[in-house]
Amino acid sequence: MTDIAQHMVYAYAVLRPTPEAARAVAALRGVADEQVGLVETGDLAAAVGPVPAREFGEAALKARLEELPRLETLARGHHGVVAALAPLGAVLPLRLATVYRDEDRVRQMLQERRDEFLPLLERLTGHVEWGVKVYTDAGGETAAAAPEDDAGDSGLSPGRAYLAARRRRRRGAEDAWQAAVRTAARIADEAGEIAVERVAHRPQRGELAKAGGAEAGENIANDAYLVPADRAEDFRARVLAATEGQEGVRVEVTGPWAPYSFALPPAPVAHRESA
Amino acid sequence: MSTSLDEEDTRALAGREVALIDILDRLLQGGVVLAGDLVLSIADVDLVRIDLRAVIAPVDAEHPAPPLL
Repeated sequence: MTDIAQHMVYAYAVLRPTPEAARAVAALRGVADEQVGLVETGDLAAAVGPVPAREFGEAALKARLEELPRLETLARGHHGVVAALAPLGAVLPLRLATVYRDEDRVRQMLQERRDEFLPLLERLTGHVEWGVKVYTDAGGETAAAAPEDDAGDSGLSPGRAYLAARRRRRRGAEDAWQAAVRTAARIADEAGEIAVERVAHRPQRGELAKAGGAEAGENIANDAYLVPADRAEDFRARVLAATEGQEGVRVEVTGPWAPYSFALPPAPVAHRESA
Repeated sequence: MSTSLDEEDTRALAGREVALIDILDRLLQGGVVLAGDLVLSIADVDLVRIDLRAVIAPVDAEHPAPPLL
């Protein structure tokens, strides 16, 4: 081969080669706004798209992953394809930036991994992933307490009032933390009644975590649950019910997601446990 | 293969309002890890500080991909 390949193949997900899957991908555009298609081999298929080699070669991809706006475009593009395929019932999302030289290499991969993909697809069929994040709700606490503080401290000097308020805030933060821990445990129990598996992600910290919600307290639990699809709403309702009446705690339920967090072999990579 | 998700689920799954950090949790920590022709080693990606250093190494015979899926 004398010329350098113009395109590489970006792989999004592994799924079954059904007519529904073929129809679904036909309507999708991927991370490079390319037409997504299926590469099939026997009873497995991969959703893939041709992407420009100059943008998805080693160096270009590395650079892209280090720039947040471009990483975001890539991640949302990848997620968009996976999310659109998830309703088909069984889809194994691939990790971000899985790139092959050509479709033959994708076929080869499917054949090599067939014995692992099939049971995994079987296990995930008809299941969705829910995310459950538990936060301390320090912001809400302070805001709610403020008017009362002013009234209660009206007889104190400014200095004493300040100290009293600070003590209350600190106590409030400790209470919120304890409450959040208790709530997290209760949720895990409730969720475990319906979920078939759980994966604990790292708690979210930093700027990107704050971008999610201005009022965010500290994220103390960031779990993913694998839930039978027909009990998805049941799951959400139950989790939210478990958080009712809890002061100083905020719970966020995200999803339903494609089963990203469960598309791993029972291996040492993630902290897996039976729910 | 029948679908057991209704339209609302479908919309939620495809929703663009999903927080980036939740997507990244899943796309960088979850998902099937395969030996692509480029291998991303993202174990040291520290989203906490948005310090998104990813090391990409070509796969070759001398440096086989780690045992993946």
